[in-house]
Amino acid sequence: MQTELTEEQRQLRDTCREFAARELVPQAKRWDHEHRFPAEAVKKRFELGLAGVAVPAEHGGAGMDNVGYALAIEEISRGCASVGVTLSVNNSLYCDPVLKYGTPAQRDIWLKPFAAGDKLGCFGLTEPQAGSDAAEQRTRAVRKGDKYVINGTKNWITNGPVADAILLFAMTDASKGTKGISAFLVETSSPGFLRQKADEKLGICASPSCTIFFEDLEVPAAQRLGNEGDGFKIAMSTLDGGRIGIAAQAIGIARAAYEEARDYAKVRKTFDVPIAQHQAIQFMLADMATELDAARLLTLRAATLKDAGVRHSRESSMAKLYASEMSGRVTDKAVQIHGGMGYSKELDVERHFRDARITQIYEGTSEIQRLVISNALLKQ
Amino acid sequence: MTLFEPNEAQAQIRDTARAFAQKSLKQVAASLDREQRFPADELRALAELGLMGVNVPDALGGAEAGAVAYALAMMEIAQGCASTAVTMAVNNMVAETIVKFGTPEQQRRYVPEIASGRFRAASFALSEPHCGSDAAALRTTARRDLRGWVLSGAKQWITSGDVAGVIIVWARTADAPGTPPKGISCFLVEGGTKGLAIGKHEDKMGLRASSTVALAFDELHLPTSALLGAEGQGFAIAMSALDGGRIGIASQAIGIGTAALEEAVRYARDRRAFGKPIGDYQGIGFQLADVDTELAAARLLTLRAAALKEAGSPFTREGSMAKLFASEKANRACDIAVQVHGGYGYIDEFPAERHYRDARVTTLYEGTSEIQRVVIARDLLR
Repeated sequence: MQTELTEEQRQLRDTCREFAARELVPQAKRWDHEHRFPAEAVKKRFELGLAGVAVPAEHGGAGMDNVGYALAIEEISRGCASVGVTLSVNNSLYCDPVLKYGTPAQRDIWLKPFAAGDKLGCFGLTEPQAGSDAAEQRTRAVRKGDKYVINGTKNWITNGPVADAILLFAMTDASKGTKGISAFLVETSSPGFLRQKADEKLGICASPSCTIFFEDLEVPAAQRLGNEGDGFKIAMSTLDGGRIGIAAQAIGIARAAYEEARDYAKVRKTFDVPIAQHQAIQFMLADMATELDAARLLTLRAATLKDAGVRHSRESSMAKLYASEMSGRVTDKAVQIHGGMGYSKELDVERHFRDARITQIYEGTSEIQRLVISNALLKQ
Repeated sequence: MTLFEPNEAQAQIRDTARAFAQKSLKQVAASLDREQRFPADELRALAELGLMGVNVPDALGGAEAGAVAYALAMMEIAQGCASTAVTMAVNNMVAETIVKFGTPEQQRRYVPEIASGRFRAASFALSEPHCGSDAAALRTTARRDLRGWVLSGAKQWITSGDVAGVIIVWARTADAPGTPPKGISCFLVEGGTKGLAIGKHEDKMGLRASSTVALAFDELHLPTSALLGAEGQGFAIAMSALDGGRIGIASQAIGIGTAALEEAVRYARDRRAFGKPIGDYQGIGFQLADVDTELAAARLLTLRAAALKEAGSPFTREGSMAKLFASEKANRACDIAVQVHGGYGYIDEFPAERHYRDARVTTLYEGTSEIQRVVIARDLLR
């Protein structure tokens, strides 16, 4: 049984860890306060090869595996959760499906520059009335000759305000339900692509997201990803991978909170001793560390299965469910250990607490993950 | 080969254990429990399958399959019968401890007897009536005499103590209680030795087919050769044995929890309410999803600890994490399984209530959850 990381995976993790400590940790608080997309940090991160970690080198990526990808996202998110999700969306929700479903010609245009970090991608599935119930798509793509004309609305589009392209889902045949959904690759500079102002959020404030309107947006048929009607299948299989990224992000956030709480407990004194000597604090830290490890193992297992080309829906959902819920508990305890300082914007821990909250919601709520798992369990 | 995937030899041991657990143990577990019957036949069969010395050298009669194979086997056996599993766990732990700390003579005398099943069982006698978590406070004494040692005192909660061919006994050879545990030593006591009295058989909530007794040593004479390890090394031996033991109990807990989940899934598919199977209600299905997820995480934590042990790396913290997490989650699994069964979860016609009782001890023995948290916190605050 192999439980050790490979040399290559360890190196990637360590590089990301150093980068996060040097470039992200000192600035993450300011980016959060200013709600500023750290374009420079993202660019530097891309120079590390993190735009397409698991994309083969011939397609512009780093040519690593998904275990390495999960480790990288954890480390980056440990420094800044907003940068973590920017990275996760580009890797998992944009590059991965283009790699998997794109034609050679599509890969040249729509994958290479994105996996190489010259351009940034995003993913457009959610609509105002269609979140967990993603099949309720109202965005319509009507075929006109060798083009489609798209009308509709997408919201909560992470990277939306800054992305160069979107993987967009739209209904091409509403009578067919989920089998009538198709996927398109669209430049965000296209006429009829109307980005709204960035969302005001509880957390991950340095990761910009927005609503996008499509008004008679014309998309050449050559930019359809997969066949007509393949969209829902593409979306679901993409999210299986995306959940590994978000699980890793949740772990990174929780680890930041845990490490800060542990270090604080060693120096903060009450009743003449460091609070780390009180069992109530020790036991919280012990549970936090245990749950963190459990979440990481679940996540690396899902990534391992993805690397092996094995179906991993259930395992990815387990990783995402457990890691995100764990992140909520761990960041909550970290605030508690910090006392009043945990509530202050002077320290980072209140940001981790806010950042963790989204991980239970996006790329499938905890309830959707439980639905995936219980279906696998009860219907198998 | 991928992360966390058993290799062929490990998978083979797991499958052997699974076949026996599902075909034989599962059928008798309820009656063993009801009659509080010691599973002597089942244990002999396990020995024949090589499961009484999974991580013991071939030369001493063991399967020499490693710590990961042991954990995998234990998960399977505990799915069939948790009482049989704990007896197997203690036998393996005692055999491994003698292999690790015993002289060649001690190894040859005891280990093949345990691994072959010629000994009905083996025991580990550390706890006393007044001390469990605080093991260093033990009061049993061993004083030197001309021929060796004389043991006096009492032990409590000794699994298989009445049927053991050999018992590892911890006793104080120097210092007073409460001082740093340098004065504790370890002895090998054979079953039936004069001066060894079997006390009360505990009437337990669960694991009712495993035997748990009190022991008393009344001027029990031991030869010099009965000392295991060096004088004063006893506490270190206990801690080392328990590190490995925790992997065994974590695995046992996972087996019990997995059995409970399987019962709950089956019941949730069959039982109907308001026109559909109860598993189709999110109130039920989502609880089962949480159990499935937590047991998967427990399995990974446990296999990680076992893999570290097998590689010869330190694993104290990881073993405690596995034991803490697996035992707590197994209890939750069993509690949810009872809830899903409704009234049928509360009667002994269904296995759910037995699993619920059996799981309860896993957060108590071989280090309570509180002791695991102490171990983990000590390591991470270093």
